[in-house]
Amino acid sequence: MSALLSGTSIVRNYGATPALRGVDLTVDEGEIVAVTGPSGCGKSTLLHCLAGILRPDAGTVTYREQNIGLWSEAARSRLRRTEFGVLFQFGQLVPELTAVENVALPLLLAGSGRREARGVAAEWLDRLGVADLAEQRPGTMSGGQQQRCATARALVTQPRVLFADEPTGALDVLTGEQVLGEIVRVAREHGTAVVLVTHASSVAAYADREIVLRDGVLDPTGLGLGVAR
Amino acid sequence: MSTAHVLLGLLAGGPRHGYDLKRAHDERLPRAKPLAFGQVYATLGRLERDGYVTESGQDRDGGPDRTSYELTEDGRQHLDTWLSAVEPPAPYVTSEIFSKVVVALLAADAERARDYLVAQRSAHMSRMRELTTAKSTPGASIGDVLAADYAIGHLEADLNWLQTTLTRVAAFSKEVTN
Repeated sequence: MSALLSGTSIVRNYGATPALRGVDLTVDEGEIVAVTGPSGCGKSTLLHCLAGILRPDAGTVTYREQNIGLWSEAARSRLRRTEFGVLFQFGQLVPELTAVENVALPLLLAGSGRREARGVAAEWLDRLGVADLAEQRPGTMSGGQQQRCATARALVTQPRVLFADEPTGALDVLTGEQVLGEIVRVAREHGTAVVLVTHASSVAAYADREIVLRDGVLDPTGLGLGVAR
Repeated sequence: MSTAHVLLGLLAGGPRHGYDLKRAHDERLPRAKPLAFGQVYATLGRLERDGYVTESGQDRDGGPDRTSYELTEDGRQHLDTWLSAVEPPAPYVTSEIFSKVVVALLAADAERARDYLVAQRSAHMSRMRELTTAKSTPGASIGDVLAADYAIGHLEADLNWLQTTLTRVAAFSKEVTN
């Protein structure tokens, strides 16, 4: 069986600074993969490349056996709206919209009608345990509540891959654990693959497997051997 | 960890016999090493000798006679003192992991210590994954979650230590082998 998503020899530089120096990674259908490593190791850049947000300078990103690097920006944008979900450390909810409007947004962008989108969004808020916040705006919610809404928004289109970049990094331990538990539970229920970027081993432990990046390359030992030596 | 104090704590709620104490111990301290029956009776014997518990009766319940024990006033006082005493935070640094790194450097070299650190990290991550799955399983008891939380927190601290030790192993090697 071929991988759902794979990166091959991904290179990405920021000016003269290399962020990724040839990274290989595969993600299977429904698999949860943690990408860990110290600050500045390139893990967020890898996530952005895999999610089609950044174009690698070299190497390929393949989704369902298609090289998405060859696609136009419009086609990659469509892929992100329909097949991918993205979740960042800070929910990045639209402050002027209510929770249900925020969650309905990806469905409206994908062409759903307003009434249908709101209905589905309400279901997802319920699934994430925040149905009672549907009519509230992000400014009136706690960090944990916002992140649950953002998770609902990231999953509302039932993406095949969820990209989560330090999704609980701004939350206290207990709230973070609850939100992470919900993300993993819902992803497993729907067979959604997750690429989970984190620097914390306790967060990585929620994944099926872990890959460690160090200085822009894979570190098979997890401790910097074969990289720094 | 004092098994004697846990047994005293279990007896604080009323008399129990040995089998019942073993079962309650294993239920209340999930993921602790299960208590052996021999250890229960040996501990009860010592507690009785010290005057902290006393036999309170026999029951048969279709099987062999079973002796019930109850807490004495001295036992209640002893338990109270133990509960009020703060444990000295890590008075000695004793760790099999730390010792193994030192011995790897003494008996072999930095390479051996590094190989060990890498293998240990992998085992720690794997155990952490198991515990995380166990505590996230629907229906996990609060006791199970607390036990897993405790273990995960300690594994994470170990993992941080393994990481920083790796960066210091070359310098440490010079110190140990000098």
